[in-house]
Amino acid sequence: MNKFESFDGLVAPLDRANVDTDQIIPKQFLKSIKRTGFGPNLFDEWRYEDEGQPGQDCSNRPINTDFILNQPRYKGAEVLITRRNFGCGSSREHAPWSLLDFGFKAVIAPSFADIFFNNCFKNGLLPIVLSEENVEVLFQATKSEEDFSLTVNLEGQVISRKGAEDIPFEVDEFRKYCLINGLDDIGLTLKDADAIKAFESQSRQQSPWMFDVIK
Amino acid sequence: MAKTLYDKLWQAHLVKERDDGTALIYIDRHLIHEVTSPQAFEGLRLAGRKPWRIDANIATPDHNVPTTIEAGDEPDSGGASSVSKPAISKRSEITDPISKIQVQTLDDNCEEFGIVEFKVNDTRQGIVHVIGPEQGATLPGMTIVCGDSHTSTHGAYGSLAQGIGTSEVEHVLATQCLIQKKMKNMLIKVDGKLQSGVTAKDVALAIIGRIGTAGGTGHAIEFAGEAIEGLSMEGRMTLCNMAIEGGARSGMIAVDDVTIDYFKGRSYAPKGDLWTQSVAAWREFKSDEGAHFDKVIHLEGSGIAPQVSWGTSPEMVIGIDELLPDPETESDPVKADGMRRAYTYMGMEPGKKMSDVVPDRVFIGSCTNSRIEDLRAAAEIAKDQKVSDKVTQAMVVPGSGLVKKQAEEEGLDQVFIDAGFEWRAPGCSMCLAMNADRLGEGEHCASTSNRNFEGRQGYGGRTHLVSPAMAAAAAIAGHFVDVREVANDE
Repeated sequence: MNKFESFDGLVAPLDRANVDTDQIIPKQFLKSIKRTGFGPNLFDEWRYEDEGQPGQDCSNRPINTDFILNQPRYKGAEVLITRRNFGCGSSREHAPWSLLDFGFKAVIAPSFADIFFNNCFKNGLLPIVLSEENVEVLFQATKSEEDFSLTVNLEGQVISRKGAEDIPFEVDEFRKYCLINGLDDIGLTLKDADAIKAFESQSRQQSPWMFDVIK
Repeated sequence: MAKTLYDKLWQAHLVKERDDGTALIYIDRHLIHEVTSPQAFEGLRLAGRKPWRIDANIATPDHNVPTTIEAGDEPDSGGASSVSKPAISKRSEITDPISKIQVQTLDDNCEEFGIVEFKVNDTRQGIVHVIGPEQGATLPGMTIVCGDSHTSTHGAYGSLAQGIGTSEVEHVLATQCLIQKKMKNMLIKVDGKLQSGVTAKDVALAIIGRIGTAGGTGHAIEFAGEAIEGLSMEGRMTLCNMAIEGGARSGMIAVDDVTIDYFKGRSYAPKGDLWTQSVAAWREFKSDEGAHFDKVIHLEGSGIAPQVSWGTSPEMVIGIDELLPDPETESDPVKADGMRRAYTYMGMEPGKKMSDVVPDRVFIGSCTNSRIEDLRAAAEIAKDQKVSDKVTQAMVVPGSGLVKKQAEEEGLDQVFIDAGFEWRAPGCSMCLAMNADRLGEGEHCASTSNRNFEGRQGYGGRTHLVSPAMAAAAAIAGHFVDVREVANDE
């Protein structure tokens, strides 16, 4: 995983609540056995006017010009702002993979679904929870400012924009540490291999029926 | 201090609490399917890692598999139900080359790492959440994970079951643990008795209608109360399956006699002295009297009508006897906006009745409702009836090869076939339409699955979530009906 560094990024507004992971990346693209290449199919059913197929060249597909990410002013956006309960539904990690592959580095919403929220951190995508009021302020700013951009500072846990006060955000200490250092948490967990083994041997004694059965 | 069921499960699997507030939780059982595992196995290979504990894992392909049965292997018409038929020996081959690679990749990975897999033509193959309990591979008191959000299903028997992403699949394979923070406790108590014709599915939908799709976010939900205790194990699985649609990664129900009876004699369940020992341990998995819940919701079981979803989120649901809600009377503007969008997508209008809607297709199946009890309930309605001419296709997709076999032994397959339903081989099928089973653009579907998101069952498809009996009744009537009014006397 790459180290997460502070950045200044263009903001795109997706004014919908309860955006589910089926919308973020539809099922037909989940047949891929890779982690990359999902960007062209991010929000496929909203972005295009036809039904997308895996492996297809998307450059010639009919585009839904009303969809926000198709508007030229949001080209190259790195911050997505959206409404409550973003990422609900399926646990597919293809959702953060496709947001990252498209170019997003952070998603800001009043709330996220648990599994999606967790999946983001595992891939270096930063989900930021702000109050409904603050999210609304950002939505208004994208309307009034042509190239509205934000500085996302994970180290300092603040979002900054020109001519306004910084907005602080919360992030778990461990998750922040992993993001900033680009750490593989499997390696970290394996440092506790002795504790896992000790737990396991105790569990094997207490609940032997859970071991050596499926083979 | 009095503990909740979730507190107990958490405590019993706590390997280590770290200074940063996270904890290492030991995982007893890991279910694997073809869609969310390839990148995890690849990650292991790239890092030169091996699975921590092979026998904690069990795999099966379910999302991509065809459910059509080749001609010549249809059950004989009028055949004696006592004759055991070949379960899924002639399932159609996968024609989609990309799906084929994904299923082959699962086979290859399981072979390479020595993981037990029920392959596509094994009678024990099926939807991962159906085969887990069916085999006794997932048991009470366990921590259970799978790269699939509907893993919450397994909480039905007092376990801590959670859906995880692919990075966590890799993490569990490599370390047998998850890094987590403890969730909050939420209690949903459904008192009283359910009306006849009202099922666990209706309870699940009514709860989601009440709390919303984010109502359980950050919480582990325990379902309790007389109406829940009265549910069969299959019904409890249906309810916990949909905890995730209410935003909760885990749903759970305390262990009782229904739980213990269900697991007796299952393939991988303990036997003899171990059985006695395990039952004594399992009985502890219930909330203590006076345990603290951060959030408590009460519902009156007798007040729940058969439910039908009308929109594009499982919280957009009404009782069959209600009128479609009006966004103009919704005080929350974000919610009202979502409702308007849903009406446009669904091609429907506020104020109308669901009985005006014709389902173009009917799907009975999915990890929510494809167990034997579900098929029995649907067959009871379909017996000696015919699927309406207005319905293009009605299909029944059993949850596993063993459910299929059982249904055939009971003659349910013939009931469905005689009524005009297609009888299929097991898999996820039209719940998410990764295989060839899908809706056409603009088509409405009476579906026993779990998600009515835009395009979920096929590009432009319009899903209405219902119970198996409600789906069967809609297929026969040619429009949604109140199953309480069409009880089949035959």
